[in-house]
Amino acid sequence: MEKQKKPVTKDIKHEYSIKGMDFVAAGEASSNIKHTLQLIGFAPAVIRRAAIAAYEAEMNIVIHAWEGVLITSISPERIEIIAADTGPGIPDIDQAMKEGYSTAPDHIREMGFGAGMGLPNIRNVSDEFTLDSSLGRGTTLTVVIYPTA
Amino acid sequence: MNLRELSKLLDSKIHCCEESLENEISYVCAGDLMSDILMFSEPNALLVTGLVNIQVIRTAEMLDIAAVIFIRGKNPTDEMLDLSRIKSIPLLTTDHTFYLTCGLLYEAGLKNVPMKTAKNEIKY
Repeated sequence: MEKQKKPVTKDIKHEYSIKGMDFVAAGEASSNIKHTLQLIGFAPAVIRRAAIAAYEAEMNIVIHAWEGVLITSISPERIEIIAADTGPGIPDIDQAMKEGYSTAPDHIREMGFGAGMGLPNIRNVSDEFTLDSSLGRGTTLTVVIYPTA
Repeated sequence: MNLRELSKLLDSKIHCCEESLENEISYVCAGDLMSDILMFSEPNALLVTGLVNIQVIRTAEMLDIAAVIFIRGKNPTDEMLDLSRIKSIPLLTTDHTFYLTCGLLYEAGLKNVPMKTAKNEIKY
């Protein structure tokens, strides 16, 4: 009896732990994600979009949350990035989506963050953008990019 | 304009990745808040900033920034230089102020990184 072949287009899944307030390691997960996308061979413009989304999401966890994960699920047709954290949550999502609105304190701004452009930037590079947040519990952001779109 | 010409124009010192001096610079983005920079997404861009920390290099990495120049003689740290060498991102410094640096670059014909407006028009 002939063995059935496994499907070849299996999603590549990775998970990266992110610690709140760890500004030294911040960006390493996104750097790894970018590297993976380069190895797979996506177009540079697609990789930049995914890298921007991953990095902004990673910085959001570092700045605002206690801890979180970046989970990527990649196939040639679809790049999904989930940023899930345990943290204070977002009290007003509509306001958080406004360009220039930030709740980051001064010491974060001195480090070059808290421009109030993080979430709007992520939305701008995404084909699908979903944000769920629960006060006092955490936030889950799901971004999908279709490389051929 | 290539990086060598740009370096001469701004009287700047190059701290790493000298092998990239022939790289072409087509656009400029400038700012001290990294999310204000992360809205740009074009290769061959120079980043002008007064912010000196490792996240500047991370931001440059994500955006495929061609080179970073620090204004008012601010020097990159060893940690930043190490990461820049790994990622092949040239780091420069100039003694000029932020405004003068941008002014000289603009005068030399370098434009803003193009952006798409809500109506999908290209804006410089």
